[in-house]
Amino acid sequence: MNRREAWRARALGLLALALMLAPLSLLWTVFGDGIGVLDWQFLLAEPEQAGRSGGIGPIIVSTALVLLICMSLAVPLGLGTALFLVEQVRPEGRLNLTLQWALDGLGAVPSVVFGLFGYRLFVVELGWGYSLLAGGCTLACMVLPLFIRGCEQALRDCPQSYRQAAAGLAISRVGYLRRILLPFAAPGIAAALVLSAGRALAETAVLLFTAGYVMRWPESLFDSGRTLAVHIYDLAMNVSGGSPASAATALVLLGFALVIQLLAWQIGKRPLSFAR
Amino acid sequence: MSSSTPLSLRPNLDWLLRAASLGCALTAAVVLLLILLFLTQASWPLLQQPASLLGTTWQPSTGQFGLQAMLGSSLLSSLLALLLAVPAGLLVSIWLIFYAPRAVARVYGGMLGLMASIPSVVYGLWGLVVLVPLLGAWMPPGASLLAAGIVLALMILPLLMVQADVALRESARRHLPAALCLGVSSWSAIRRVLLPAAWPRLWPAILLQLGRALGETMAVLMVAGNVVQWPGSPFAPVRTLTANIALEMSYATGPHLQALYLSGWLLLVLALLLMALARIYGSRT
Repeated sequence: MNRREAWRARALGLLALALMLAPLSLLWTVFGDGIGVLDWQFLLAEPEQAGRSGGIGPIIVSTALVLLICMSLAVPLGLGTALFLVEQVRPEGRLNLTLQWALDGLGAVPSVVFGLFGYRLFVVELGWGYSLLAGGCTLACMVLPLFIRGCEQALRDCPQSYRQAAAGLAISRVGYLRRILLPFAAPGIAAALVLSAGRALAETAVLLFTAGYVMRWPESLFDSGRTLAVHIYDLAMNVSGGSPASAATALVLLGFALVIQLLAWQIGKRPLSFAR
Repeated sequence: MSSSTPLSLRPNLDWLLRAASLGCALTAAVVLLLILLFLTQASWPLLQQPASLLGTTWQPSTGQFGLQAMLGSSLLSSLLALLLAVPAGLLVSIWLIFYAPRAVARVYGGMLGLMASIPSVVYGLWGLVVLVPLLGAWMPPGASLLAAGIVLALMILPLLMVQADVALRESARRHLPAALCLGVSSWSAIRRVLLPAAWPRLWPAILLQLGRALGETMAVLMVAGNVVQWPGSPFAPVRTLTANIALEMSYATGPHLQALYLSGWLLLVLALLLMALARIYGSRT
């Protein structure tokens, strides 16, 4: 490497360093502003004065409920779709191509459009009003393509020879699926699930129009409730003097997001333990 | 293991599996159709008179629904984000692959992963608390097209770099040994051989990220200033289509609501077009 190359490497390295300034500043700000407010009381108590003081207890519960609804819809639907794509269609067939286009299309839809759709279908047409249920269902539509792609990849990683061996032993499709394919793909499917949950957790725009803003303790799935992301937005934009509580909430959300990311890496890395 | 032998008397579940999984797959496809259908239906009355939508005046109280300025702001902020993110992302990807020590590259990759997992509303909060005052001290008011472009650039950077990494490694695997055998320096090999060879895979990635930037709502809403106008400079506040929907959805009724649905419809069509372009371009190579 001659001298000019060395200078180039240094200049590019500096650029790389400069790019990291923004996320580091972000972590620094959220941590610095939020850590002073954050304690057990904050995590458990009800918000007071539009969120300026008090805590985020009901908001954490609403977030968990919305996520639960979202994933309990997206997981069976997504896993079924991935199984269909991998197991049941010819790769070059028209049905497969159409489905692939539809999935990519669904993945490209902007989140605010999902919000409009969810408002129209679940809130107005089905008459659920602003509710945790409407929010969870809309989010499920949103994370579906991501989850399907993750599952599809995990299922396709199963070697063809396993299928041939299963066919050679006259094992039924269902048996092959239950005893061989799904156990083999389980780590990949789990990683996809965790990543999709992270995506749902981060979403704000969709929930503004479907789950609403209410910050009381949710009593049923038809109650409106705000999630952590909505709370951050509302405190930062609409409540003067809300930014310390907003930063503390952001710290909580960031904590969840990082845990999810690390979990996904850990699961994805796990050596494949076959058919326990 | 009687369930796996052909002599089993239990009913064959294969057809049930097929039906159930087909049902799931169709549901996923039907969701996309439903979205198209609902949005078109909700904005239909306004879609029939496109001339009224081309104006620059957005005044729902007097029935003026000109989307031009907001559509322009959406496009400008997204293009600005690409302008900032693509060159920087490519250069740093090159550094990570060819120049950086391996350990540094691994740590950097991890940081990018964390960056990708930061929720958009947190980027918005950071923009509101740090970036906007910083820009405001230099060129008031701070909340501006530029602020939106910077925040969007940060948000699309990680995924852009992941895809650039894949494309560049692939073209290095194919072409780097041959280029180096011809005696070119490694920098000109990167610039003249690897980058041109990687473009066909980079384009679809860039188009997809453009789609993401166009559809981003919260971060832009929090830093762009939300004034409906054609920006005279990068420092002027703007309102994007997505931000407008999020701001006014809570109280819109009648034709106003239809206009918001129409903005959503426009965004949807744009995003689907970009996706189709990316797919067609990607499948040709």
